Amino acid sequence: MKILVAVKRVIDYNVQIRVKEDGSGVVTDNVKMSTNPPDDNAIEEAVKIKEAGKAKEIVAITIGEEKAQETVRKALAVGADRGIHVKVDNVIEPLAVSKILKKIVEKENPDLVFMGKQAIDDDCNQTGQMLAALLNWPQATFASKIEVRDNVLEVTREIDEGLETIEVNVPAIVTCDLRLNEPRYASLPNIMKAKKKPIEQLNASDLGVDINPRIEQIKVEEPPKRKAGIKVASVEELVQKLKNEAKVI
Amino acid sequence: MSVLLIAEHNNKEVRPFTYNAITAASQINEDLHVLVLGHQADDVAKSLSEVPNVKKVIHVDNEIYENYIAENYTAAIIKHAESYSHIVSSANTFGKNLMPRIAALLDTSQVSDIIKVISEDTFLRPIYAGNAFATVKSNDKKKCVTIRPTSFDPADKSGGSAEITKSDPAEASSSTKFLKKEEVKSDRPELGTARIVISGGRGMQNGENFKLISDIADKLNAAIGASRAAVDAGYITNDHQVGQTGKVVVPDLYIAVGISGAIQHLAGMKESKVIVAINKDGEAPIFSVADYGLEADLFEALPQFLSELNKLNTIQK
Repeated sequence: MKILVAVKRVIDYNVQIRVKEDGSGVVTDNVKMSTNPPDDNAIEEAVKIKEAGKAKEIVAITIGEEKAQETVRKALAVGADRGIHVKVDNVIEPLAVSKILKKIVEKENPDLVFMGKQAIDDDCNQTGQMLAALLNWPQATFASKIEVRDNVLEVTREIDEGLETIEVNVPAIVTCDLRLNEPRYASLPNIMKAKKKPIEQLNASDLGVDINPRIEQIKVEEPPKRKAGIKVASVEELVQKLKNEAKVI
Repeated sequence: MSVLLIAEHNNKEVRPFTYNAITAASQINEDLHVLVLGHQADDVAKSLSEVPNVKKVIHVDNEIYENYIAENYTAAIIKHAESYSHIVSSANTFGKNLMPRIAALLDTSQVSDIIKVISEDTFLRPIYAGNAFATVKSNDKKKCVTIRPTSFDPADKSGGSAEITKSDPAEASSSTKFLKKEEVKSDRPELGTARIVISGGRGMQNGENFKLISDIADKLNAAIGASRAAVDAGYITNDHQVGQTGKVVVPDLYIAVGISGAIQHLAGMKESKVIVAINKDGEAPIFSVADYGLEADLFEALPQFLSELNKLNTIQK
């Protein structure tokens, strides 16, 4: 089997987000960037499947500006075999991302496409499902467990009520939850080796898909601030405040 | 044109967030129709027809809709999409799984997780785990929108009498099969709609210690939440997780116990009306959003909290 894994470069999850004063977005200059956390789980799962002898090749793909390549390089360092970087100059919407991915899938013919369930920047949670729709493939979203059998995946999904298990035929799209596995760190020798693995560069404009924005971002602002609270000295005081001041119990 | 809302239900009852989504959907356009895809879900269709905000219920009954297979749902929804300007659902795991599949087939860029309807094409939505709010305008002809349920009040459930029309099923997908659902049954209120939520984090140290939390939850008729750290460590099941990738809750009272307050957790609870933090680390970020902070060892504080509650003559339920 061949697995295509899509990874996205986002502001690191530990960075405190700052909104630009002109309301045009959030500050990204001189801010630490990393791979979107559940995309790390997607890579890890693909590598584990390959290690179990059930996949032959893992291709990591990212779509973004020049520096987005770093996320592919990281995927190569933890076990992907080769990379693809589709260059775009501006931020594009999940619909456009899924159209680009569809083109790549048609070219690469993977059996499975993995990616994180959600990117922690736009919090859209759309790309995997959209790609599945465009390819008319089955989708298994929010996966916390994947079992690979002959041309069938059994996937346990995290849903509001608990867990759901479904079976999807290959080819399929899986979007990964943070609990799917524990992503490994790349070792130094593997980081060095990854530098020699090939990354193919393409321009989104050469793929013949419409990636123009459909949604106008009118403004970005800070959420309303909570007013500062107080520290209470004891449990008795806490309960009295909740009863008599906040009147919530 | 009208708005089509996709109902979430278990074939017997409407799932509560559908009512919150109805409120938001009818703010987009008053001519709101609801699509019920289910198996022997007549009671669901009837309940929804009694919601005053609902103008029409379309009911499709077939065994292929017994479970939420997104592929099957999507095919049926696409059949109806032409007559509508907006397709909407709640932004929980039901709608998140389903709506993008519909949007892609309609060649529409979806607007996810809105917290305010500004006009029929402009919405407010949180980004970066709620650390920024974006005002966005959709220029697509047909709009696909998911609604953050806790940002809208539930619609009134009775007094209406919308027409129920039956419609035919679409084709079923042969490549996806439902196997099982492991639903955690509880007598407690649902986490997403509870008036009070008490959550435990890594500070709980193990699953047994969550009894300290459940005793208080019983007393307050509260739902039990957890940080991702507590779920990852196996102290409690995933359906309790509050945060950016878990559930978003907006209770009247949120009590965070042994939770440090990572950005990802705050994203799921910081809109709560009153927040209490109990943590022995006085520098923990959770205190920055707490209305009442108690710097204490939770293993001493929780039993005391329960005994203080027991002393009260009345407790709001």
